[in-house]
Amino acid sequence: MTGFYTLLYKELLRFWKVSFQTIVAPLITVLLYLLVFSQVLEEHVQPYPGVSYTAFLIPGLAMMAVLQNAFANSSSSLIQSKITGNIVFVLLPPFAYWEMFLAYTLAAVARGLAVGAGVYLFTIGFIDLPLKSPLWALMFAVLGSALLGALGIVAGIWAEKFDQLAAFQNFLIMPLTFLSGVFYSIHSLPPFWQELSRLNPFFFMIDGFRYGFFGVSDISPYASLAIVGGCFLGISLLTLWLLKIGYKLRS
Amino acid sequence: MSSAIQVRQVHKHFGAVRALDGVDLEVKQGEFFALLGPNGAGKTTLINTLAGLARADRGELRVMGYDVVRDYREARRALGVVPQELVFDPFFTVRETLEIQSGYFGLRANDAWIDEVIARLDLTDKAHVNMRALSGGMKRRVLVAQALVHKPPVIVLDEPTAGVDVELRQGLWGFIRELNRAGHTIVLTTHYLEEAETLCSRIAMLKQGRIVALDTTHNLLNRFSGRSVRLKLCPGHLPPALKPLMQEQESGCYTLALSDYPALERVLAALRAEGVQVQELEILQADLEDVFIQIMRKREA
Ligand SMILES: Nc1ncnc2c1ncn2[C@@H]1O[C@H](COP(=O)(O)OP(=O)(O)O)[C@@H](O)[C@H]1O
Ligand SMILES: [Mg+2]
Repeated sequence: MTGFYTLLYKELLRFWKVSFQTIVAPLITVLLYLLVFSQVLEEHVQPYPGVSYTAFLIPGLAMMAVLQNAFANSSSSLIQSKITGNIVFVLLPPFAYWEMFLAYTLAAVARGLAVGAGVYLFTIGFIDLPLKSPLWALMFAVLGSALLGALGIVAGIWAEKFDQLAAFQNFLIMPLTFLSGVFYSIHSLPPFWQELSRLNPFFFMIDGFRYGFFGVSDISPYASLAIVGGCFLGISLLTLWLLKIGYKLRS
Repeated sequence: MSSAIQVRQVHKHFGAVRALDGVDLEVKQGEFFALLGPNGAGKTTLINTLAGLARADRGELRVMGYDVVRDYREARRALGVVPQELVFDPFFTVRETLEIQSGYFGLRANDAWIDEVIARLDLTDKAHVNMRALSGGMKRRVLVAQALVHKPPVIVLDEPTAGVDVELRQGLWGFIRELNRAGHTIVLTTHYLEEAETLCSRIAMLKQGRIVALDTTHNLLNRFSGRSVRLKLCPGHLPPALKPLMQEQESGCYTLALSDYPALERVLAALRAEGVQVQELEILQADLEDVFIQIMRKREA
C-alpha cells in the first residue's frame, strides 16, 4: 500500500504546490460568475419557492467548480507527465492498475472538494444559505468529483497534445456543465430542453447536490444518486481497463 | 538460480519497422553486460519491453525469473532502469524525487540508502534544489539515483553517459562497478565503446532488431580482428613470403596480421632470412571499435 499512498501524496503535492493556480484562481472565477449573475438575475428569477436566485446559484456554481477542477487535475497531471516524459517514473514501479486509478481519482476528488469548500465558505459569509442535509451534498460532491476525476484520467491517457485535451474540455465538459441546470431549474425550460437535460449526467450531479442544501430538487435525489453512481462505475471500469491494457501509455 | 534476464524470441514492430526481430538473450546474475548497436538498432525498445514500458508482439521476457507480463509486479521490483531520455518532474527537489520514487516501490524507511545514493552520485549539494534548476549532467545523476533507490538486483542503464563529462563518467562507473561487485547485475548501452570494453565481461551487438554478435568481450576482441603488427623495414620491401599476411601498406610501413603471438616470431624469422632489418615495430591490439565496425559491415554484405 505504500506505493499507492506515495502516488496519492505526490498527486496531492503536485496541485498543492501550485495552489494559487489550482485552487485560488478557480475560486475567483466562480465568485465572479456569482457576482455577475446574481446582480443581473436576482430580481427576475425565483427557481424554488422561498429560495432566492443567488442562494440557488451558489450550490450550482460550487458543484460546477468541483467537477471542472476534478477533471482538470487528473487530466492535466497525466498529459503533463506524458508530454514531458516523466510518466515513466509512474510506469516503471510495480503499481497495480487499481492503485493508479485510485490515486489519480482521489487526488482529483481532493482538489474538487478544496475548490468547492472554498466557494461555500466564502459565500456563506455574505449570503444566507441553508444546508438541509449535508450528507447528501457531500455524497454528490465526492461521487461527482470522482466521476470527473476518472474521466480526466481517460482524457489524459487519450490526448497526445494539450490542444486535444483543451478540445475535450471545451466541447464536452464545459457545455455539459453549463447545460446542466447550474444557472436555472430545468422546470423553467421548454419541454424539449427538459428532456435533453435528462440525458446529461451533470444535471443529476448538480440537482442532487442542490438537494443537500434546499431539500428540494428537480428529481428525486435517490434517482440522481443511482444514475451518478452508475456513470461512475461505468467510467471506472473503462479507466481500469485502459490502464490494464496500457492504452497509449505502454506502446 | 534463475537468470537475471531472459529474453526468448521477442518480436516488436512499430508500423513497418521491425524494432525487435526475434531476439534471444540471457544475462546471468552478477554479470556486467553491454548491449551495443548503432542508432535505431532496437536497444531502447528491448529495454522498454523488459521494463513494461512497451509490450512485445511475441516472445517472452523474464527478470530474475519473473515474467514481465504475468508477474509484472515482481519483475518491476527486481529491475531498475535509467531511461535514455533526460526526463524529470519539475515539481520536486532532488530529495523529494528520490523519496517519492522509493515510496512508489513500496519502501517506507529508506533514508539511509537515499542519503548514500545522493552522496555517491555527488548530489549532496543539490539535494534540496528543484529539478528544474539542475544542469543536464546533474539531471542524469538523479535519473541514475532514481533507478537505484529500491536496490534492484538488476540495473539497466540506457546510454547513461551520453553528453556527460568525463569526471562524472568515472564517478558513475566507479559506483556501478561497486554495485556489480556487491552482486547486482548490470546491463548498459553506450556509444563509448571503450566504456563497454573496460567495464563489461560480455557483449551483445544488435542490428536492425537482431542480435548479430553475442560473446565475452575477450572472445569478441580475439575472434574478430585479432592482433596485427606494424613494421618499418630497411630496405623497405616486404619479403614475398610475408605478402599473404599483409593488411595495409602505407608510406613504408606494413601492417601484417598475426593469428597469435608465436606468429610474430615466424614473421621476424622470415625477415631475418631475407636480411631485412626492422626499424620500428608496433603491436596493434584490436579494440571494440574495430570489432564493432567489422561486425556491422559484415552483416551489410
Ligand atoms: N514509439 C515508437 N514509434 C515508432 N517507431 C519507434 C518507436 N520506438 C522506436 N521506434 C523505432 O524502432 C527502431 C528501434 O529504435 P530504438 O529501440 O530506439 O533503437 P536504439 O535504442 O538502439 O537506438 C527505430 O527504427 C525507431 O525509429
Ligand atoms: Mg536508444
